[in-house]
Amino acid sequence: MTRRRWELLLSLLGPLVVLGIWEFLSRTQIIDPRFWPAPTSLIDTMQQQISSGALFTNIRISLVRVLIGFMIAAVPGVIIGLAMGLYWPVRVFLMPVATAIYAIPKLAVLPLMLIVFGVGESSKIAIIVVSIFFLIVLNTMSGVMGIDPTYRDVAQNLGASRWQLFTTVAWPGALPAIFTGFRLAMGFALLVIVGTEFLDGNKREPNGIGWYIIRSWNLLKVDDLFVGLLVVAFIAWVLNLLLEVIERRLLPWRAEVM
Amino acid sequence: MAIAASRHSSGVTHPVGKTAQPTTYRPGGTLIHVDHLTRTFESPSGTLNALEDVSLDVQTGEFLAIVGPSGCGKTTLLRILAGLDKPTTGTLDAPGRFPTNALVFQGRSVFPWMTVEDNITYGLKLTGVPRSERRERATALLRLIGIERFRASFPHQLSEGMRQRVAIARALAVDPDLLLMDEPFSALDEQTKLILQDEVLDIWERTRKTIVFITHSIDEALVMADRIVVFTAQPGRIKAIVDVDFPRPRDFLTVRSDPHFAERFRCVWDLLRDEVTIASRRSVEGTR
Repeated sequence: MTRRRWELLLSLLGPLVVLGIWEFLSRTQIIDPRFWPAPTSLIDTMQQQISSGALFTNIRISLVRVLIGFMIAAVPGVIIGLAMGLYWPVRVFLMPVATAIYAIPKLAVLPLMLIVFGVGESSKIAIIVVSIFFLIVLNTMSGVMGIDPTYRDVAQNLGASRWQLFTTVAWPGALPAIFTGFRLAMGFALLVIVGTEFLDGNKREPNGIGWYIIRSWNLLKVDDLFVGLLVVAFIAWVLNLLLEVIERRLLPWRAEVM
Repeated sequence: MAIAASRHSSGVTHPVGKTAQPTTYRPGGTLIHVDHLTRTFESPSGTLNALEDVSLDVQTGEFLAIVGPSGCGKTTLLRILAGLDKPTTGTLDAPGRFPTNALVFQGRSVFPWMTVEDNITYGLKLTGVPRSERRERATALLRLIGIERFRASFPHQLSEGMRQRVAIARALAVDPDLLLMDEPFSALDEQTKLILQDEVLDIWERTRKTIVFITHSIDEALVMADRIVVFTAQPGRIKAIVDVDFPRPRDFLTVRSDPHFAERFRCVWDLLRDEVTIASRRSVEGTR
């Protein structure tokens, strides 16, 4: 069996083991099954939620928000991060702003977003953008700055123009750090969107996976609550895996680190 | 063996590091004339004189080694020759068109994000050489350095010695008038180093490139060079230039077993010893 297959197997095995332990503890009533229903007992609830389409509607709503927010933050975030890494005046100029905003707890910005963008979709997307933008910027910047200066010297010695220096050294050299930023950002985006959707708990129509969870709590449906949590965990895992696959494709030269 | 002061000759002044179309040079004669070069670095802790009044003629087709204590400005001189740094005062002149150069760096310099082939043809790609021609050139160079089967590999799949061969091939690919090497073997183990020394000697025999080579090792300088420039401790000045006249073609074994080897080693070491002592004493003081 190749290393790749082992990796795949082990990464699938991890969650299964956790679920197995949970199942055992719940069935043996070591933990209270009213609050910790066994995973297998959730299957019914899950099936029901899936067949009614309620779960997918909520997943879709949340995912669309996360992905749009991610796109809006990622493209300019990478560009500004590259500029900050390459040119010290840009870096010195933007660094205080970036670190200050980066340090603010993201959900604390939500009221402001609600004032500016209203209670609709745009404020939800905006809060995602605000929470992950500087994360992507700072990771990209440190990626560029972490490139061994020898590589730049090689390029200059062989006559690279400014643009060639960028395309052949700065960009490929910073890509690993950019992806690290993406993965962190994806996690943050999910965290923030679920928290934000909690505020819509009093709405009746489906409004995202966070809404689904808080709604289950309001109605004291513990099974639904767990289904919601599992779904969030699953989404996070899938998105991370997706980024990992893209990274492997784009960066075959990093095979040794993964 | 003669110890000669560096010769001076006048020439047209050219901007440092300017590149031009390749032509062939007459063998012998001056390739670059380094004229009263000084380089100082300003820092909050004071002014550092890296190079002080360095004058030197690099002859076309020669293998020139530079030895000197650590921190004596050897690398600074090489970076100025490579156009990566500018002298504070002094000029680089060339009798004709200013020669093109390529620098082989110390330690890791091969791009990890490019395949061996893309690394080797990097300089050609920058200047817009068409793909088919780049492929041809890569094939020839891969054969020259004996790593044809690693053409599509990434550097992390190669040994340190292989990577350094790729770095040398990348510099040779642009067919420079002047090949600059900054302690290219310092990161290699002893055996690999000996093999690469012979390979570089072989490449020099075949291409007759002008090579300026920095090394810590007197052995290496004696085996490879036609002349050895001995630097003083910082500020770096030229203490002496030693002619090395072992017959060519050379390899490390025949040079080292030459009856005059020990004598020549001693000659260079006598010149170098005081400077190394000064440099190391200074670095001890510096750490206090």
